[in-house]
Amino acid sequence: MTEQKNLIEVRDLRVRFRLDKTQTFDAVKGVSFDIPDRSTVALVGESGSGKSVSAMAIMGLLPPESALILEGSRVIYQTRDLLREPRERLQKIRGKEISMIFQEPMTSLNPVFTVGDQICEVLRLHMGLGRAQARARGIEVLNEVGIPEPQLRVNSYPHQLSGGQQQRVMIAMAIACEPKLLIADEPTTALDVTIQRQILELLAGLKQQRDMSVLFITHDLALVGEIADHVVVMQEGEIRESASVAEIFERPQHPYTRALLECRPRLDRRPQRLPVIDDFLRSDGRPAGQQERKRGVVEGDAIILEARNLSKDFLLREGLFGHKAFRAVERVSFTLAKGKTLGLVGESGSGKTTIGLALMRLIDATGGEVLFEGTDLLKLSRRELMPFKRRIQIIFQNPYASLNPRFTVGNILIEPMQIHGIGADLAARSKLAYELLDRVGLGRVAFNKYPHEFSGGQRQRIAIARCLTMKPDVLICDESVSALDVSIQAQVLNLLQDLQDEFHMSYIFISHDLAVVKYMSDQVMVLNEGKLVEMANSDDIYLAPKQEYTRRLLSAIPRGFVPAAARV
Amino acid sequence: MSAVIESTFAETRHDSAGPWRAAFRRLRNDRVGMICVVIVAAYMLLVLGSALGLFAKDWNREVGVSYANPSFLPHLENLEAESSRNLTAVSKVAPVDLSDIDPLAPYYKELDERTAKIKVTEIQRSDTLPFGGDKWGKDIIKKTVKGAEISIFVGFAAALLAAVLGTVFGACAGYFGGRTNDLFEWIYNVFTSIPYILLILAFAAVFGKGIATVIMILGITGWTGIYRLLRAEYLKHREREYVRAADAIGASNMRRMFVQILPNVSHVILVQLSQHVVQFIKAEVILSFLGFGVPVELVSWGTMLAEAQNELVIGKWWQLAAATASMAVLVTAFSLFTDALRDALDPKLKAVL
Repeated sequence: MTEQKNLIEVRDLRVRFRLDKTQTFDAVKGVSFDIPDRSTVALVGESGSGKSVSAMAIMGLLPPESALILEGSRVIYQTRDLLREPRERLQKIRGKEISMIFQEPMTSLNPVFTVGDQICEVLRLHMGLGRAQARARGIEVLNEVGIPEPQLRVNSYPHQLSGGQQQRVMIAMAIACEPKLLIADEPTTALDVTIQRQILELLAGLKQQRDMSVLFITHDLALVGEIADHVVVMQEGEIRESASVAEIFERPQHPYTRALLECRPRLDRRPQRLPVIDDFLRSDGRPAGQQERKRGVVEGDAIILEARNLSKDFLLREGLFGHKAFRAVERVSFTLAKGKTLGLVGESGSGKTTIGLALMRLIDATGGEVLFEGTDLLKLSRRELMPFKRRIQIIFQNPYASLNPRFTVGNILIEPMQIHGIGADLAARSKLAYELLDRVGLGRVAFNKYPHEFSGGQRQRIAIARCLTMKPDVLICDESVSALDVSIQAQVLNLLQDLQDEFHMSYIFISHDLAVVKYMSDQVMVLNEGKLVEMANSDDIYLAPKQEYTRRLLSAIPRGFVPAAARV
Repeated sequence: MSAVIESTFAETRHDSAGPWRAAFRRLRNDRVGMICVVIVAAYMLLVLGSALGLFAKDWNREVGVSYANPSFLPHLENLEAESSRNLTAVSKVAPVDLSDIDPLAPYYKELDERTAKIKVTEIQRSDTLPFGGDKWGKDIIKKTVKGAEISIFVGFAAALLAAVLGTVFGACAGYFGGRTNDLFEWIYNVFTSIPYILLILAFAAVFGKGIATVIMILGITGWTGIYRLLRAEYLKHREREYVRAADAIGASNMRRMFVQILPNVSHVILVQLSQHVVQFIKAEVILSFLGFGVPVELVSWGTMLAEAQNELVIGKWWQLAAATASMAVLVTAFSLFTDALRDALDPKLKAVL
């Protein structure tokens, strides 16, 4: 590799946030790194590590009323310090020479303008192009980012495009002025694996063609392995490790980096418990005596839940009086064995969540049967359903939304016991609640606190404890770990696994993350557009997928770092 | 066993700052808000005191001359008091002998004897009162205090009624949707399609006079705004995951509506409630001004304003000033308090530390 010039040098960046009159919070504590010309630097860290704040500081996008960039911080771009540039000058650089794409394409695009308008605005602002020129250039860029039929699409509104296409439009806007640096803040986190792969390939291709640098911000090390040249690992506002991608993946120095690499479930291994960060920070390496866990369902396993030809239509209004049925789930049949885990995978819109909700009648199925130990749940009246409701429980995706913010944790746990008459009186119920809080690892002090006082992972533990109060037989985990950081995700997965071993619950594990599903499930069911594609024991499906769709899904999983020699 | 739990409660309770306590902390940091709280509290004490009869009990006594001057302006010309005084004086000094044609003349002596037996204590009417007097010489300050009692009571009671109606209707319409929603939307549309004042007057004409009527009229006509907001809130919240989670644990519809969702929309109700208090105090004034309000034997700021209409023409401004000033101060303080309350209760503003 030839000697490279640095496009941007970040030196001793410190950002302090004002929380209220007296309290401040140091989000970034003296971070220094370089972004060389024509290379991809990945900024990796979990939520709260300060990675996005660092990027915002480079862009000058931090809110000046609450964020303070401390004295001595420097961001050198072409011999100038961006932190000291006047506002007008910065605005010229921003969008033209340095541009940024965000996590949520839908909220980053203005819904009332066509995508063409939005791209042209950038071009006319920064490049001084005329209306017709800008439009021609816009179509060109849309073509470059792989939007089919760009001449037509240029007139579409953002909501008419899919999530992947929206992200492509965002990228098109960002690269329209041929920036030298593209900052991508979690650009694929909101997207399905297959779309994620396409976007990654697009970014890699653009970087080559445009001779630009990319600052790629993500929480997922596996993604980084495929596209980055250089990796900066951040934790709690500090850099833990900064090295080339090969170094990071093959010889990680800092225990935190190693933990991040190991916490994520892998497709080729299935330990009894996932290693968590503490394992690495206290000792080096994972706990001893790790055996592989055996998974799979065999003939003769007792069946607890069976769905037969389960269908769900959503009615969409059409015209003045008409309705059009949209088939979200189409005649899906499966069985859930007692004490085992059934994984549901599929892209968004595949109907996996709908199935979960229909099973416990949180939405009404259109047709089919759900047999719970022989009783068809769909035919029961609300009153008859009550004893069964207790036995099927669900943990939702978003731990911030699924707990009532006005209830204390104690209330949250006691409420289901009151409804179902579990425990004799308040004292007995409180006692059980305290025990469960201990069991899920929160401790008794949590009892009188409110949900907002807990982090995402802790809230998910509260949700788990709430389900446990009813001692359910079947637990549906609807993307329950998807919103969590990898290290927290490992802890929650371990907890779920321990609870299954202890209480012999059956799980229906819904996720778009194929590695997590592989780790947790005995059987896996692949869904596409509401239809069952394939269902088999998880090892079989991952080793020898029978259907083309499954193969496509599996090939989209981020592979992590593959040494150059091994690349074909 | 319970002792153990109690002690654990005691240990841990202090460290949990709930949303309400955090909201109160935010309110306390709002200087304008706190000043308004003090003003509103002073009014409430006044109302409480007058309701319990601690002061302004004798507001109805005619202690001054007609349109007595305010004490700080004793030398204003008071033609009304003069003329009434002259009237009595003239009748005393001009005894025209009519005995030859007066059929009652033979009885005069007897009548005079009888009247002598009845004790008449002539009230010493004062020429000036602290803030002047009204037509009958009633003390304006006492009248204003007594008027505040009725006006504020009417405002609060009507706002409470409207809030309850609006909340229950809005909760049902928003939560159940479908036909229930259609029904309530229909009622809502009927109520809002009629001009507001006309609606109030129609109700007032049907129900007759009285404080209860005023409260009912304002409550029945005023729930629509609250209904609209609550319906939207319930539409939004019923799709929230925590409500779905409550469904999953088997919570009934009522429980989900009023135990789960209600605390999360209570800030909307509270703010609406306080805004309606202000609005209804003003509405009561208008009603009384138009003669549909509180009965004549009572006094409210509205009746005071209605009287002031004629007084102003002859230059007696103090009743108008007293009623307007006290109402303006309360309404302003209450509105600002409402703003502060909304800021403090808005959970989106800032996560609690």
